[in-house]
Parts: sequence; C-alpha cells; structure tokens
Amino acid sequence: MKRLATTLALLTNVIFITFSSSSWSEQNDYNMTRGVTGISEQVYELHMLIFYICCAIAFIVFGVMFFSIFRHRKSKGAVAANFHESTKVEIIWTVIPVIILIAMAIPATKTLVAMEDTSQSDLTVKITGSQWKWHYSYFGEDVEFFSLLATSQKEIEGIEAKGAHYLLEVDNPLVLPINRKVRFLMTSDDVIHSWWVPDFAVKKDTIPGFINEAWTKIDEPGVYRGQCAELCGRAHGFMPVVVHAMAEDDFDQWMSDKKQELALQKAAAQEALTQDLSMEDLMGQGESIYTARCAVCHQANGEGIPGAFPAIKGSEIAKGPVMAHIDVLVNGRAGTAMQAFANQLSDQEIAAVITYQRNAWGNDTGDTVQASDVNAFKAQDSAKEEI
Amino acid sequence: MSKPIEKAVKSAPAEAQTTANTTIAIEGDHDHHHAPKGLTRWLYSTSHKDIGTLYLWFSFAMFLTGGAMAMIIRAELFQPGLQLVDPQFFNQMTTVHGLVMVFGAVMPAFTGLANWMIPMMIGAPDMALPRMNNLSFWILPFAFLILIGSLFLPGGGPDFGWTFYAPLSTTYGPDSTALFVFSVHIMGISSIMGAINVIVTIVNMRAPGMTWFKLPMFVWTWLITAFLLIAVMPVLAGAVTMVLTDKYFGTSFFDAAGGGDPVMFQHIFWFFGHPEVYIMILPSFGIISAIIPAFSGKKLFGYHSMVYATCSIALLSFLVWAHHMFTTGMPVFAELFFMYCTMLIAVPTGVKVFNWVATMWRGAMTFETPMLFAIAFIVLFTIGGFSGLMLAIVPADFQYHDTYFVVAHFHYVLVSGAVFSIMAAAYYWLPKWTGNMYDQKLSLWHFWCSIISVNVLFFPMHFLGLAGMPRRIPDYAIQFADINQIVSIGGFAFGLSQLIFLWLVIKCIRGGEKATAKPWERAEGLEWTVPSPAPHHTFTTPPKVD
Amino acid sequence: MQSNSSNKKLTIKLLLATALMFGFGFALVPLYDIMCDALGINGKTSDVAAIQPTGMQADITRTIRVEFMAHVSPDMPWEFKPKVVYMDVHPGEVIQTEYLAFNQSGEDLVGQAVPSVSPGTGAAYFNKIECFCFNQQPLEGKQQASMPLIFYIEPDVPDSIHTLTLSYTLYKFPPQSGESSVVSLSRSEQQAGERL
Repeated sequence: MKRLATTLALLTNVIFITFSSSSWSEQNDYNMTRGVTGISEQVYELHMLIFYICCAIAFIVFGVMFFSIFRHRKSKGAVAANFHESTKVEIIWTVIPVIILIAMAIPATKTLVAMEDTSQSDLTVKITGSQWKWHYSYFGEDVEFFSLLATSQKEIEGIEAKGAHYLLEVDNPLVLPINRKVRFLMTSDDVIHSWWVPDFAVKKDTIPGFINEAWTKIDEPGVYRGQCAELCGRAHGFMPVVVHAMAEDDFDQWMSDKKQELALQKAAAQEALTQDLSMEDLMGQGESIYTARCAVCHQANGEGIPGAFPAIKGSEIAKGPVMAHIDVLVNGRAGTAMQAFANQLSDQEIAAVITYQRNAWGNDTGDTVQASDVNAFKAQDSAKEEI
Repeated sequence: MSKPIEKAVKSAPAEAQTTANTTIAIEGDHDHHHAPKGLTRWLYSTSHKDIGTLYLWFSFAMFLTGGAMAMIIRAELFQPGLQLVDPQFFNQMTTVHGLVMVFGAVMPAFTGLANWMIPMMIGAPDMALPRMNNLSFWILPFAFLILIGSLFLPGGGPDFGWTFYAPLSTTYGPDSTALFVFSVHIMGISSIMGAINVIVTIVNMRAPGMTWFKLPMFVWTWLITAFLLIAVMPVLAGAVTMVLTDKYFGTSFFDAAGGGDPVMFQHIFWFFGHPEVYIMILPSFGIISAIIPAFSGKKLFGYHSMVYATCSIALLSFLVWAHHMFTTGMPVFAELFFMYCTMLIAVPTGVKVFNWVATMWRGAMTFETPMLFAIAFIVLFTIGGFSGLMLAIVPADFQYHDTYFVVAHFHYVLVSGAVFSIMAAAYYWLPKWTGNMYDQKLSLWHFWCSIISVNVLFFPMHFLGLAGMPRRIPDYAIQFADINQIVSIGGFAFGLSQLIFLWLVIKCIRGGEKATAKPWERAEGLEWTVPSPAPHHTFTTPPKVD
Repeated sequence: MQSNSSNKKLTIKLLLATALMFGFGFALVPLYDIMCDALGINGKTSDVAAIQPTGMQADITRTIRVEFMAHVSPDMPWEFKPKVVYMDVHPGEVIQTEYLAFNQSGEDLVGQAVPSVSPGTGAAYFNKIECFCFNQQPLEGKQQASMPLIFYIEPDVPDSIHTLTLSYTLYKFPPQSGESSVVSLSRSEQQAGERL
C-alpha cells in the first residue's frame, strides 16, 4: 500500500519534472516545441496547462481506482457493500468537470482569438501546395519560386548515409523577415495539402479553388522546418516546408538578390531559346531533372508503376512524335496525376528532360529536343490533338 | 421462427450437450427436418447464436488481416528510409488497415456480441428478423472480398486514407475506387439491417416484466448505438455516392472548378464519422458495465445515470463533427462552437468512468481475465479520452492535427478501448457460448502480453506527434527514428500476442473444464439462467422477470 | 412478446428513417450552401450579380484594403492577373477594376474563374455588381481580354475586418472530370436568366 503510494508519487514527480523543466524548451524529441513566435509560446503554455490538468485528474481517478483494487478485494476478505446510486454524487461529479472544462475553455478561447486576428500585416506571401512541392510568391514583389525536397533518392533508399536534415530540406526555402507580421494566403493546385511549421504553430489546409489565411510574427532568426500535414498522395511525406527567418535588413538584401537571380534565370531561359545543346549536355541536365521531378512517379528506371503511373521506358510517347511528347509535359494529362509542367520548368529544362526520356533505358531514339522546340510547340497555332 | 407447436419443445436440460466440436445442442427443435449440419448450417442459419458466431469469427479474421497490414506499416516504419514497400502501397496499407479494422473487425464484433447476447438478455427466443439477420452477415465477407481484392488490381486499392477526402479520392483516386465505393455501400447496408434488427428486437421482444429500466446496460448501449447507425450510415452512403459520381459521372460536388467545395466533403463525411466513433465505443461501455459489477460483487452504481449519460453522449456526438476540421479555415465562432461541444462530451463520459469506479469501491473484487481487461479498458480508454480532450482545444490542435498524436489518441480509445472490451466480453461469455472454461493460464499470458505491448506500441506515438511527426507517411526525419523503432517492436509484440488469443479460443471450443450455467459467481442477467453451452433454442417460453 | 405484425410495422418505420437519412445526406449539399450563406462564411461570394442599393453612402471614416489575387490552374495555358494588386477602399464605395487574361496557346479556350474571399466571414459583405466570374470566359488563341469587376463592400462591414483578399482561380471549362458538370451548367443557366 505504502509502496504503491510511493511509486505513484514518484511517477507523478517524474512526469512533472520531465515536462516542466526549462531544458525542454529547445526542440526535443518528446514534447511540443515552444517555437519562436508569441503565438507558438501561448500554444505551448496552453498545451502544458491542459496536459497538467489531465494528469491531475488521472492521478486522482486512477489513484482512487487502484486504491480500491488493493483494498476492496475478495481475497483480502472484503465484503461488498450494498449502495448503488446517489443523485447527490452524480450531480457533484457532473458539475465539477464542467467547472474544470470552463477553466480550460477560457485560456483556449483567448489564444484562439489572438491567433485569428489578422490585423495589418507587413508582408503577404502566397503559398500554393501541389503534388509534391510548395510554391511561394511574395505579394506585390516579382519574386516567386518552387520549393522541392532536396534529399536525394540515394539517401532515401539507404545507398547513401542520411543527412542531418533528412526529409526536412528543400532547394528553395521560404525566406521571411523576423519582427514583421507576415500574412499567408494559401491555396492548392490539385488536392488538399496542409502547410505546417511547428515553430510558428501555423498549420492551415491548402484547398484547391479556395484561399485560406494565416499569419505569424517570428521573434528569432533561424531555420524552421515543417511538413505537409494532409495526405496528398504518394509523396505526402516528401514535401517539407523550410523557412529561413532573418533580420529585416538581411531579408531586404535577400529580396533584392533574389530578384536579380530570377531576372538572370529569365534571361538565361530566353537565351536558351536560341541555343542548341549537345546530346551530352541535354542528357546530363535531363537526368537530374528527371530524378528530381519525374522519378517520384515514373521511377528511376523509367518503368513506372503498372496501373498507376505509366512506364516511359519503351513507351509510345517517348518513342513517337516529339510534339506529342512535348504536349504531355507542357500541358499535362487531363484527369490524371500527370501535371502540366509549363509553369514549373523552363523550356530549356523541359527540352532536356524530354531528350533524356527519349534516349534513356534503351529508348535510344537519338532525338535531341531544344528549348526552341518547346517554345515553338507552345506558340503553335494548330489545334491541340485529342490524346 | 418459434411457432406455438415448438413451445412445447423444451430446449433446456434434456438437450444440453457439450460435444467436442459443436457449440450448441440440436435435437428435435424443428419438427419437420433434422438439425442442419455442415456448410448449410452456417450458410442458411437464422439462429442468433450461429449468426453471432459467424460475426465473431469473421471479425477475428478481419482483425488479424487488418493487423497484418499494420505489421507491414510498422515494418516499413521500423527505420527511416524506404526499405520494404512502395509509398503508394504504403498508403493503400494505411487506408485498408483502417477500413478493415473499423468496418470489418470492430463493428462486426459488436454486432456478433449483440446477436449472441441481446435475445438471451431480454428473454427472447431470437432476433426479430432472423432471415434479414442472415443476410446482414453474409454480405460482409462479400464486401471485404471486393475491398481486399482491389489491392491486387492494376493501379492498386484505395490509397486515400479511410477518410477518403476529395479531391484525392475523386480526381486523383485509383481506378479501383468504384469497388471501394461498392464495398462501403454493402458494409453500410449490413450495419443498417443489423441496427434495425436490434431495435425491433429490443422494442418488441422483451420478456414480460423486462421493463426499460431493467434492461442490462449492454442492451441499452446497443439500442442507442442502433439508432446512431440508422442516423449516420445512410449519410456515409450519400458521401460515398457523391465521390463515385464526381469521379465517374462528371458531377462537381467537391470540385471547385465546377462550383463545388472539397471542404463540404469533410462536413458530410464527419457528420457520419463522428457518431461512427461513438458507435464503436458505446457497446464497449455496455460490456464494461456488465463485467465490473459481476466481479466487484456490487450492482452497477448509478444505473439511471449511466443510461442518461449514454443518451447524452449519443446526442452530443452529432454536434462535434467539425473538430476533425479545425485546420480547414473555419471562422472563429464555428471553431469555438465545436471546441465547446467537444469538451462537453467529456462530462457524460467522465460520469460513466466515475460510476464504474464507484461500482468497484467497497466491492469485493476478484480478478478473473474479463475483469482484468475491463480494468485495463477503464485506465487506457480514459488516457485516450485525455488526449481527446487535448485535441479539442483548438489552438493546441493546430499542432496536434494530422500528427501521430491523433494516431495515439484514436488507437488508445479503439484498441485498448473497444478491442479490449471485445476481448473482455469474449472471456466473459466464452463459457456460455462453448460450455467450456477457457485456459486460465493462457488467458493471463494473453492479457499481460497485450497490455504491455499495446502501451509500448501506442504510448510513444504521443511523443512522436508532439515532436512533429505527421501521420500517413512511409518515411520520416532522423529525430523520429528511435521512438518509431520502439513503436514497431511494440506492434510486432502486440500482433503476436493476439495469436495466443486465437489459440485460446480454438482450444476452448474444442474442450476444457466444463462450465456451469453461471461460471461467474456474482454475475447477473438472464443469460446466466440458461445452461452452458446455451442450447440452440433458449427462451422459447419467456422467462419470468421480477 | 409482440406479434409479427408489430415487428413489421416498426421495421418499416426504421427503413423509412434510413431512407430519410440517405436523403438528408444529399440534402446536406444545398444545406451547406444555405448555411454558409446564412452565416456568411466559407469565403463564397454570391454567384449572381448584386444590385447596388439606392442611396448607399460611402463610409469615409474607414478604409479597407482589398487585395486581388489570381491563380491559374496548372493545365490552363492563360496568363491571368489583376490589373491592380491592391486598393484601399471605403465601405459603401462602388469600385471598378479588372483582371487581365491572355491565352498563351494557339487554341480557342473557355475559362471559368472561381472566386474565394479571405477572411471567409468577409465574403458576406463583398458584393459584386458585375464580375467576370459569373459566366464562362471564352478567349481565342493568342488573344487577350480585360475582364471587368465592379464591387462594393457593405457599409455595415464589422470593424474586425480591415483587409479583404479576393482570389480567383481560373479553370478550364468544362471541368476536367469529363462531361460538363450538372452544377456548373445550372449555374450558367441561372446567370443567363438573372444577369441584369
């Protein structure tokens, strides 16, 4: 009996100490993060409060129950009492929980109302989820880019050692300033995704055809990682969210640098229209694009998944007329998961990956497709063939 | 069905047999043909006992099937990286695991228990609609053949989660989606027919003297569950039909391009989905309310309160559906409404827990295996209830939603809750069904292995969710590796532990220490007044109820 | 024990209840729209033209920022953007602006713009007198069009709303899931009848 009480007390103490210690305020493997915003801090405190209340109730209720199990057992000679109802007691243990719930509901309501207050923001970012990447666009600036998983297929398959940020790294992170209120407007291009950064306590579903709104104000510079939080198909686990938060001056600098970078990219894409690359160059570029963008469905070996994703190896499209092949990439395939890549890849990139597909895995058509071919396809006046 | 001429046939002592292979005695019941044997017995049965047995075995088979899928899931998640299965197949596993467990294991198990026990508990000779009863069962294996078979078709089976949100299930679903829809329709029809049968039986066929407030709690909870089923299974049928027409017939219920709304799907689905989870737990409450008194030697504390609490839970369950949708972008006042209503459900649920503890208090407890499972239920289900309360708090839910914290919550209430209660019921009533006591030692192995492994399996999932691991992913970041490994080991152990139960049940059917009519000294209820095993026909003459 | 006929009666009642609930499931579809309308949520603006109230006064004591967003469905080869990215307006003031569309392909296509307003509660106060989203927009290959939008924000818009974002998603018409949807057809019929 005494031992039981001691054990229970010890257990409770362990739980309290474990979760209340300030050393847990950094990212740890067991508890929610405090995060780096005023809201995330409030959410953490709310979470801990509710948790402690639940622990207290559990302690009492289970305590009574286990005490009874030890004391009121037949083998110890207990004789069953006769009582089996009491209106008074029923009222008491209905009213007390209601009071406890009201006590919980008040801070919860306060925090929720604070979270939903989108008063004047300093910066608006449009976030678009699609299978299986994010797109960020800075409202009012000419800066927009895709953000894809940067972890290599080799790491996923166990051929190479996994990096520290395995599955939580991207090619183009979202960059935000600290200390400025950032408003997010989110939508989706296909299915429902959900944009989540635990350190901001922001999670909002991105719904195709609708916009949702969320906001944050980051207090500390750093890199914050999250993931898609709504099942969205095959690679739902492979579309992380990465945010670089930096001091306002650094952010402004980044913004102008990024604008320059994008302008250069645009110029390069234009120039590529006049260039004729060699088979070697096209294959090299094409392979890396294929690995990053196509292999997730069509597989590294080009064989696809029967019934789900068609094979490119030996396919009619890859070995047939080039224009039809370009069409599939530029316009996608209606009613299937094959996206239109016109707005995601430059003409040069599309040309390279088509070249790769037409010559890899024994397809060996010998065709090279140039950026200008893709551009010509897009400009053509002839009606699109029904495929 | 029982005709006047058959009332003369005494089904009690003279015919009670406990042959090695049969659970029931059959002798001269039907005046026009001899007892059905072999395959025809099971195919054409209109006996609530046989149909109950069919449901229970089917549910056990589905439990092991769904469990095998869980083993595949846990094997892939044992380590970071993709080692065993394709991510698309992984999504099929999580989807079909959920569908099989919900519609193939838990619901049929409760229906099997209802079939076996309700007529005996109310002093009726059988269910009200015995032939519909047969049909209700036999369409189930058909439905699951289609569902599980679709996994083997080109394109694979359903891979959009058991919740099949649009447009993932509509525009982006595999070709087999039509089969998924068809099989869900059949499961729904089965549940609805079963529910109708239960209601008509309880309303019309109680023995004289068996008034409403004398009904055992298991009967009450099933009565209320049956009404929930009739209210919401048709809505599921509607949702799934809209998915079908959106995908194949050009409608745009859930397609913004055509003027529809993907979030509307979620509203319609969860209008079904939330009462559904109460459908999966109310019968548990009834079982626990039978077992705790039997092994405490005290009447159930607060019987009336328990009935009202169950009704409150059922009514409230219609007002909370959007708590599954807090991140969809609902306006604040809606989020607050659903938060408050969800928190409110904790009150009648808590009342039930307190009443069970009050039943135990100053009783004279013994700890046979049914009682062990019942006590485990109270503790573990309550833990699941606490994580549910945490989930109700909207700002915190933004961090928990779609993470392993939710997975932990619903597995606590469904596995260490509903499934444990089903096992408790099995241990409690096996002697009545088979005429034999189960192997005591084996049952203790089953219990301890299960309770330890179920906690190793599901408790760490709380931490995974809090630390940021989303659900429905086949691969995860490095920091989640250690806990996932522990969870997987718990999973394998839990799976293996259920094989002990399988062996125990088979052994019990084959033989064992003979069971008396009332093997549990202080149990109450009409089922304990008939011999063990229960004869093929019981209560052909209604009993006297005081 | 009750007779077979009372079993039958109760069974029929329960089957009826089942059928009613099945109907209710489908009734949830229009009910959803009605509830969203009544509660002013979901970011759905009306798909019929609003009529400018006579004698509506602009509330010059308040300014609301209206942001305009455009989102093109990936399989739609159009450029589509608002002429102006944001404006500060007074509630009650009638504003005219436009969206610009350019059909990049060589093919004649028809587009359907689907609006969404954030915050969702603001949608009820956002009234469109004329909107290109009310009908399908045909555009020949390589052609461009400027599509008008005339709107006002109701003067009694609550103080809590200070920014409204209007976003249009441009889809190809008919929707990709096969034949024209029943829903969009009926809506276009409705608009044909109700446009002023």
